[in-house]
Amino acid sequence: MNRFALPLGIFTLLVVLLAIGLSLDPREVPSPFIGKPTPVFSLPALYQPDQQFSPQQLEGKVWLFNVWASWCVSCRQEHPLLMQLSKQNLVPIYGLNYKDESNDAKQWLQQWGNPYQLSAHDLTGSVGIDWGVYGVPETFVVDKAGVVRHKHIGPVTVDALENELLPLVKKLQAEG
Amino acid sequence: MNIKFYSLLFIGLLVLSGKLFAGVEIQRFENAQQQQQYKKLIDELRCLVCQNQNLADSDAELAQDLRKKVADMIVSNKSEDEIIDYMVARYGDFVLYRPPFKLQTLLLWLGPFLILVVAVLVLVKNIRAQQAKEKITVASAQKEKARQILEQKEGEK
Amino acid sequence: MIPELGHFALILALSLTVVQAVMPLVGAWKNIPEWIAIARPSVWAQLLFMLVAFACLTYSFIVHDFSVAYVANNSNTELPLLYRISAVWGAHEGSLLLWALALSLWTGGVTVFSRNVPDRMLARVIGVMGLVSIGFLLFMILTSNPFDRLFPVPVQGRDLNPLLQDPGLAIHPPMLYMGYVGFSVAFAFAIAAMLGGKLDAAWAKWSRPWTNVAWMFLTFGIALGSWWAYYELGWGGWWFWDPVENASFMPWIMGTALMHSLAVTEKRGSFKAWTVLLAIFAFSLSLLGTFLVRSGVLTSVHAFATDPTRGVFILMFLAFVVGGSLLLYAIRAPQIRTASQFDVFSRDTALLFNNVLLVVVTASILLGTLYPLAIDALGAGKISVGPPYFNSVFVPLTIPLAMLVGVGALMRWKTDTPSRLVKKLWPVLLVSVVVAMVLMFSFAAEVKPMALVGVVLAIWVMASTIYGIWDRVKDKQKKISALIKAPLGFYGMSMAHFGVGVFIIGITLTSLYSSEKDVRLAPGDNYQLGGYEFAFNGVQRAQGPNYVAHQGNLTVKRDGELVAMLEPEKRFYRAQSNPMTEAAIDAGITRDLFVALGEELKNDNAWSVRLYHKPFIRWIWMGAFLMGLGGLLAACDKRYRVKNKEAA
Repeated sequence: MNRFALPLGIFTLLVVLLAIGLSLDPREVPSPFIGKPTPVFSLPALYQPDQQFSPQQLEGKVWLFNVWASWCVSCRQEHPLLMQLSKQNLVPIYGLNYKDESNDAKQWLQQWGNPYQLSAHDLTGSVGIDWGVYGVPETFVVDKAGVVRHKHIGPVTVDALENELLPLVKKLQAEG
Repeated sequence: MNIKFYSLLFIGLLVLSGKLFAGVEIQRFENAQQQQQYKKLIDELRCLVCQNQNLADSDAELAQDLRKKVADMIVSNKSEDEIIDYMVARYGDFVLYRPPFKLQTLLLWLGPFLILVVAVLVLVKNIRAQQAKEKITVASAQKEKARQILEQKEGEK
Repeated sequence: MIPELGHFALILALSLTVVQAVMPLVGAWKNIPEWIAIARPSVWAQLLFMLVAFACLTYSFIVHDFSVAYVANNSNTELPLLYRISAVWGAHEGSLLLWALALSLWTGGVTVFSRNVPDRMLARVIGVMGLVSIGFLLFMILTSNPFDRLFPVPVQGRDLNPLLQDPGLAIHPPMLYMGYVGFSVAFAFAIAAMLGGKLDAAWAKWSRPWTNVAWMFLTFGIALGSWWAYYELGWGGWWFWDPVENASFMPWIMGTALMHSLAVTEKRGSFKAWTVLLAIFAFSLSLLGTFLVRSGVLTSVHAFATDPTRGVFILMFLAFVVGGSLLLYAIRAPQIRTASQFDVFSRDTALLFNNVLLVVVTASILLGTLYPLAIDALGAGKISVGPPYFNSVFVPLTIPLAMLVGVGALMRWKTDTPSRLVKKLWPVLLVSVVVAMVLMFSFAAEVKPMALVGVVLAIWVMASTIYGIWDRVKDKQKKISALIKAPLGFYGMSMAHFGVGVFIIGITLTSLYSSEKDVRLAPGDNYQLGGYEFAFNGVQRAQGPNYVAHQGNLTVKRDGELVAMLEPEKRFYRAQSNPMTEAAIDAGITRDLFVALGEELKNDNAWSVRLYHKPFIRWIWMGAFLMGLGGLLAACDKRYRVKNKEAA
């Protein structure tokens, strides 16, 4: 048997690998920022363009950073959830308005509601690049020390909110 | 549902964006070396939106932005390593089509060489074993022949 | 009505295939002649219904039956007839139908052309192919029915992906599938031989022509895909080491090894375990490719609409077929091995070494393709493995292979001496090096070391192949007569080997000497590239059957003489939202000139335009064509058509 069974052995491993692969998503790119401090930036706020927003201002708080744009179709999908979340006052949501004209963005918020404490206006997208944004929407969870703890790719779903984001937020808020 | 949704969404994106036209942009560099450097980098960096293309061929807006970023960094005399580090810091190793040489990729980079060495060694061993067996076969055939001749001679006496 | 008929035909075909698979296999096992005799007629019956099913789907496309979901998703009323037909295999469900039909056709072929094969063995072969058919038919009927209906019936369909609306790409899948499926014949013969316990030279002889033809189809299929990518995708590339490209390349390489191994088994009665294993590998990799394209496990431009549940089915099928055959191999291989006798220096060893190298190449490609998945599965992050990796692994391994190509064919079986070979070949080597250097230093602007290596190797391959033909007849009195009498198998080999040399020239020179430039051109501007002058004459509007376009116009001159008028387009298909580029190419034997339109720029009617000069790129596909043709010639060798001379 021995060496003639080698191809069979290797094939068995291959099948196991492929079976695991069926449950994975090859397109998802995990964020290298998990566990690292947020990228540093300073951007004008959408509604107060003379005011600069920077994540250091939020130190001591747990907050969500949601990347969105008026041209983004999937953003509309998650928006009602974000609106609901903002009304519950569980965690502040800050927006990164990515590669959007400010008039289009404001109009969009007016139409669909504004769940954000503030939206940073990233016209050129360079801050997005600094955060490793590659698809819109994306949502980051940042802790009190300004460290990125989680990134959710794609629209926030009820499932993601209940099982990933909110439990993590609660845990981080309990931390010192 | 999630996986199916994302695959459909992304496939949709892929299908629609199709393979259309590689970012035909005019980049201005100071010399040929920078031009070459640029070409090499955008060939080896992966597009995160159209994930089956490199930055050179992808039409996605993010690819355009990243190409511009690479060009800007080259013009400000950043080294190739610095540019790669910049991209990896933001997108992880996924963005590199040339996998970095680290512990996780040791088997990848050394694998083919190891497979070759093992295969050749096994081959050589088998050929040697076969040659040895042949020698024994020949040797025993000769012994048999010698025995027969001796017996014949005995018989003739 | 017609779609229902098609669906029903599929179900009938499945039932018949079950008969085709089970009864002959059991019959051969228990030696029941009546059951063995069921094999042939069940194949014909099954083939008939597969043809009916395929005809029904094709008909639905031709008449725009949008009540069939598959038709509505892949065609619309403006789609030209040719592409309505090629749309049949343009997406997942239909392409499966094509796969299954191809399998039925090959099984039919085996039934017709195997008069010399004893009934019991043929029954096993047909039975095994039937098992594979069952898998595909079941997969279709359970998860991917091309005849699923859509209600309410849409007035207009979506469209066939414009990328697929192209003649080259229309035949690419049928060619590939004929190749993948064709390897199932050698596979079935291998399984049948292991089941029956008898593996001899006759078995190898029966398997060879099927393998050669399958390999030919796969060669053409891959070459077509590469050529299409080059002229359609607008970036002048012809191979990207995309996972699905790799998935087609790996069975091709194993098919190449299989052909060589079959030659040894037929000629010398040895390498039997090797040949059986290679037959299993070649077909297994074909099936693996099917899995990779349709399961969503890897991202690829070629991926069909992916669905993990479909992936589970194919994986189970794969596990059954490949796992089963490898298990059978593990059990039976010790019994079929021969103690073959050959010297260290002999054609036998050269071919063995060739096969080992080919297996190493395939394993390396498999490693690179699946590594990202493995790392992800282990939770160690996400990496990408792309052309930089594959090129750095593949190219060095091809060097010893290329060195062996001409040499192996000149070596004697069983025993040979280095001195004999060196005596024959050193003039050939000298000529190769000299010719290569002369050509390179005369024509290349700058002689790059890797280019020189590649050209020397390529000329070595071509020269040693030609020398091989000469060597065969040089000691004969009547040379012409001897040339004519030489078997087609010999010419097939020579042509394929020569094609390898041509292929290497193409790859070497195009990879190292291509030039490319993105320029801003306003009407009246011109640009120099590769010794040619490109003059831009502006852009106008144009119209096609289902699109409108911006059409550019460029005049290309060399030394003042007109070489070509190129009209690249940027097309807007009505049913799609994004534009598509149609590059304009002036094809030539020594170079291609390639122009693609970019964007309209802000002032003076200027456009960004991409210009390419690609030397010798056609040699890549010419080489592949010669290889495939060589395979065909070899399959036509008359000894495969000789009737019943061998004892079965």
